[in-house]
Amino acid sequence: MMENIIHDYLRPKKSFPHVWCPGCGDGIVLNAMVRAIHSLGKSKDEVVFVSGIGCSSRAPAYTDFSSLHGIHGRALPFATGIKLANPKLTVVVFSGDGDALAIGGNHFIHACRRNIDITVVVINNNIYGMTGGQASPTMPTGAYGATAPYGNLDRPFDVCKLAAAAGANYVARATAFQFFQLEKCIKEGIEKKGFSVIEAVTPCPSLYSFFNNTGRGVDMLKKLRDRAVTTQKAATLSPAELEDKIVTGVFANENFREYCAGYAELVEKAERSKKNEESL
Amino acid sequence: MLFYKLFKDKDGRKVGFVQANEACIEAALLAGMRFFAGYPITPSSEMASVSSEKLPMYGGKFIQMEDEIAAMTAVCGASMAGLKAMTATSGPGFSLKQEAIGYAAMNEIPCVIVNVQRAGPSTGLPTQVSQGDVMQARWGTHGDHPIIVLSPSTVVETADLTFDAFNLAEKYRTPVILLMDETLAHMREKITLPAENELKLVERKRATVPPSDYRSFDTRFGDVPPFEPYGGKYHFHITGLTHDEMGFPIVEPDDVVKAMDRIHRKINNNLDDIVKVKQFQTDDAEILLVSFGTPVRTCLGAMEIGRKEGLKIGVLQLQTIWPFPDKAVLNLAKKIGKIFVVELNMGQIINEVQRASQGKSNIKGINKYDGLFISPDEILSHILESKG
Amino acid sequence: MEKSKTFLFVKKNWCKKCGICVEFCPKGVFKLGKDGYPEIVALDKCVECKLCISLCPDFAIFSNPEKKKDYEDR
Ligand code: SF4
Ligand code: SF4
Repeated sequence: MMENIIHDYLRPKKSFPHVWCPGCGDGIVLNAMVRAIHSLGKSKDEVVFVSGIGCSSRAPAYTDFSSLHGIHGRALPFATGIKLANPKLTVVVFSGDGDALAIGGNHFIHACRRNIDITVVVINNNIYGMTGGQASPTMPTGAYGATAPYGNLDRPFDVCKLAAAAGANYVARATAFQFFQLEKCIKEGIEKKGFSVIEAVTPCPSLYSFFNNTGRGVDMLKKLRDRAVTTQKAATLSPAELEDKIVTGVFANENFREYCAGYAELVEKAERSKKNEESL
Repeated sequence: MLFYKLFKDKDGRKVGFVQANEACIEAALLAGMRFFAGYPITPSSEMASVSSEKLPMYGGKFIQMEDEIAAMTAVCGASMAGLKAMTATSGPGFSLKQEAIGYAAMNEIPCVIVNVQRAGPSTGLPTQVSQGDVMQARWGTHGDHPIIVLSPSTVVETADLTFDAFNLAEKYRTPVILLMDETLAHMREKITLPAENELKLVERKRATVPPSDYRSFDTRFGDVPPFEPYGGKYHFHITGLTHDEMGFPIVEPDDVVKAMDRIHRKINNNLDDIVKVKQFQTDDAEILLVSFGTPVRTCLGAMEIGRKEGLKIGVLQLQTIWPFPDKAVLNLAKKIGKIFVVELNMGQIINEVQRASQGKSNIKGINKYDGLFISPDEILSHILESKG
Repeated sequence: MEKSKTFLFVKKNWCKKCGICVEFCPKGVFKLGKDGYPEIVALDKCVECKLCISLCPDFAIFSNPEKKKDYEDR
């Protein structure tokens, strides 16, 4: 019998169905995250699930981990406070593209630089869903949204390049369709000591589709399936061929010193100077 | 790098000649503060520096965040993980922290926020004194919310009110703001900190129910819900959305009112425990100076000089400014016909004094907002002027 | 592989009729019903690839009869 693990992890007193639209990728990504945690054999007691504001940020309410639904853009500093206060905890963050990269962009790059042992899943659906379909920092140039009626002027961030350049230890991308790859990336991210960023490219079949005619969730998942290429494959493609592709795979896998580990070293130094102080 | 030294006196108490910024952190450490998240800003920066040096010695954590907002949110996170946590900032940084302060109020997260006031608005006069953030401390974040704000006038009192701030935060599961000012922050005075066995520390109330019965905001044990930190058998959810006892979002009008009423009631039903004032020679006073923070010192100076010249001045010091000490103000307003409200702003707390005194006294403001500190002479000349 | 043990059940009050299970099951186990909900029409063909239970965004597909029982009134 195959197990649908998610049913062991739903919060007992929370009512379902959840808040997400039919065919939305957020539930798929949450399922992948839960399975990654399950496969690592983590106890629910040691996990804290943090988010900011937005569609995907509603996720922590649904699973039976202790959780914090924070304020817009600030999931990472909340998570940083939790992790540094108790480094034994496994801290996992869900953050949307707007949450993580626009209003929370500063926290995002600094969390990468700090390299604290937190895993953030950036659920990238290229749009602000909860507020009605405004252009997000990952919306492709020319795409339409509630604040881009003539087509988006801005260029999109490449989440993975940004994270890798800012110093995160682990950076990977998968689409919601590639469930098992996504699960594996999240698992590797959690296992990695240091800051891990997993970009999960997901469909928004309500708002993104409304403005850009991309069809239902099923259609958008098919499109994600067809657009996804591995990093190896991508290396063989010309820029023109790569135009509409989503490159998936691992973009950084480093072992820079993790922040809490660094802090433990610092404590040793501090204890020596405390002895000096006390000997006065 | 510390710019002060503490020595142990014969009773084992730490003694030193320190700035209020330093005294605050020393007291916080004694109060059990084990997490400080900060961002550099004048005139509160020394607090971050002292914390960065001292916290690792005490098994605590210091982190310099990327901005003021991050510092405040990290404090919320650390407190939810079970540590007594604080941050310190000044005007512009205090403005930036407001949303997260509201989050702490909404989710009943114990924490202490120090705002060393400098003159504003905007960048204002970064190195000069002001008390312009009185209303912001009460109403800075959006929405109705409970808050406790304390305001010390001396370095010694800074330490005392820092203990109080942590105790109140823990006892009532609420953010507490310590409203200082630039003059105090950088003033040096001798302090004697209590020995550890002399401290009366309050720790947050813990859950007594089994994990399956735990609620994030349990009201079955009174208006202050028991707290469990992240990382144990208790799995719970918190959110800035208006929520029920489980921490799940609510929209039903009756539920919303119930939730809002409780978080306010836990403060408003305990005013006698929370609100502190000090009275100086109010028994025979004919003129009352009402003030808070550093100008209280000047008021006391004016009282001393004035009394020598036959002016029967008394002083009411508001150590707690929010919730506002209505009772103390009204009682004195009934007795004393003339009240001067001394504040380093264009007139903020005076409106509260007027409201609380219910027309029982004649109230005038003595305001200074030029970035300089106020002198006893200035206060006396205002008093004399009004006498005509 | 022992085939007979496969159990699948769609919890209708959680299902949002997105059709993902119908579309991506490689074996045609699901069919879109008249009411818009997926119907399990060929359970014997299931190869337990887990795609349906993974991609269902609403956790509406139960693969364990015990769990289904646990969740019956939710
Ligand atoms: S497990 Fe695979 S084969 Fe079986 S029903 Fe689900 S998608 Fe189809
Ligand atoms: S994938 Fe899930 S929600 Fe979508 S139709 Fe199938 S059972 Fe229903």
